[in-house]
Amino acid sequence: MDNLYRDFILEHYRNPHNQGVLDPHDLHFADSNPTCGDEMSMTIRLDEAKERVAEVAFDGRGCAISQASASILTDELTGLTVQELRDLDPRGVVENLGVPIGPARLKCALLSYKVLQGAVIGGEARWPEEADMLTDAYEGGASP
Amino acid sequence: MAIEQALPGVLDGTALRADFPMFERPHRSGRPHSFLDSAASSPKPRAVIDAVADTYGHHYANVHRGIYELSEDATGRFEGARLALARFIGAPSEREVIFVRNATEAINLVAYSWGRTNLGPGDLILATEMEHHANLVPWQQLAAATGASLEFVGITDDGRLDLDDMRSRLARGPKLVAFSQVSNALGTINPVAEITRMAHAAGALVVLDAAQSVPHMPVDIATLGVDFLALSGHKMLGPSGIGALWGRRALLDAMPPFMTGGSMITRVTLEGTEWNEVPWKFEAGTPAIAEAAGLGAAVRYLEALGMDNVRAHERFLFERAWAALGEIHGIRLLGPSDPEEHAGVISFVLDGVHPHDMATVFDSQGVAVRAGHHCAQPVMLRYDLPATTRASFYVYNDLDDVDRLLEAIHATRKLFGKA
Repeated sequence: MDNLYRDFILEHYRNPHNQGVLDPHDLHFADSNPTCGDEMSMTIRLDEAKERVAEVAFDGRGCAISQASASILTDELTGLTVQELRDLDPRGVVENLGVPIGPARLKCALLSYKVLQGAVIGGEARWPEEADMLTDAYEGGASP
Repeated sequence: MAIEQALPGVLDGTALRADFPMFERPHRSGRPHSFLDSAASSPKPRAVIDAVADTYGHHYANVHRGIYELSEDATGRFEGARLALARFIGAPSEREVIFVRNATEAINLVAYSWGRTNLGPGDLILATEMEHHANLVPWQQLAAATGASLEFVGITDDGRLDLDDMRSRLARGPKLVAFSQVSNALGTINPVAEITRMAHAAGALVVLDAAQSVPHMPVDIATLGVDFLALSGHKMLGPSGIGALWGRRALLDAMPPFMTGGSMITRVTLEGTEWNEVPWKFEAGTPAIAEAAGLGAAVRYLEALGMDNVRAHERFLFERAWAALGEIHGIRLLGPSDPEEHAGVISFVLDGVHPHDMATVFDSQGVAVRAGHHCAQPVMLRYDLPATTRASFYVYNDLDDVDRLLEAIHATRKLFGKA
């Protein structure tokens, strides 16, 4: 656990990047984490050609993991095409947190990814399959 | 501490832990598990595990069918558990106790069988804002299916049911009032007998969700006066997959079956079917035989402790924990402060720390609590909270668990920079 709440995560939690609501925006979606009810929304403004992300913001309240994940993810989106947003690997979103994410907190780490997918493809967005999502850094919580 | 343990009725939780094999295995931190999530589901004592294993191992066959020793043996264990449970909750007859999977299924049985037969457009169902989703969603579905309307009695700021609101809604003549004896999200103990009298005077039947009360305090159906009562075995030291609905015989007799198939019939032709008598009319298919035997063993275990003592024990731990938690800066405790009205369930939030993060830090220290909306999202909405952290006590908890809880909160505050 002490690994989970590294200063890097807590810093993003206390001072999240890209927080707020963009108005006007081109893409928008809101969703919640079914395990805790935390809600998150994302607004995306595209460039004039409507091809690439010009600016992105997320809003909502949640735990350190979901907030840090959104802060880190949104930092990386500016300049990407809509197709590239769609093709993002959720594994990468979890790995970018740089801390071991166990099964109990996986949805916290993936909420920002799920909301982003919703912004791009709408209500068809689904949670990624969890089986191959657990990061290599996670060694399981149970004693042998 | 030794003197405090000698208070009337207070159990020696530390000693009782030896009855629960789960506590033999330490947490990965090397410390013993401090298990404070019994409101979700409880560990099982050896007596229950043995009863399940012994039924499968030496007394197993299908029930109510075989004309041979093993089947009669299994049937005796299954029906013996029904008798034990009926006595435990003060049911006038064991024939009124229907085995189901859990309280959720019990409530759904009433909603489908009684509800769809007796309700229609213009009828009113009354539930409360305090309910677990299990005592809320089935009524929403029933209202949608029948055209009946559904209203909710509000909660006060300190977590009580608003009885004035209850009175004014009862004046509109609901046919059914559904509420819980103990709130899983707030810990509130509701005045069941008083509300039931009010509901009956208004002409309504009462469905009581007793999933959080039967495991933790004496519950006597004759005293409460309710018409249906739902409980889960897994929260009262019993196996998962077994629970019960109790209902008044006359109501059950008049209700159609919920699920249909084998063993709930007396005569089937291709043209039609005659239903079996209660309770078997409501028990289609092969039931959870060994699990029922395990629930019977759980009832005997709790009876040996004495439910008055279980309640006194949890009240003692509640009072200690409530007082100590209340002194922590930035903490908000939910539910009534009067221990008469509060079960051994404490729901709280801490400024600046999300309950999920709190539970993860607690877990690193071997302290198991629930963090989330507790399947009671309207309660969270009522208090404008996304979630809470919940610690709940049972017989195997003791003052050392209260200390571990406080220690974990202080560790959380330190980590999140609010020490």
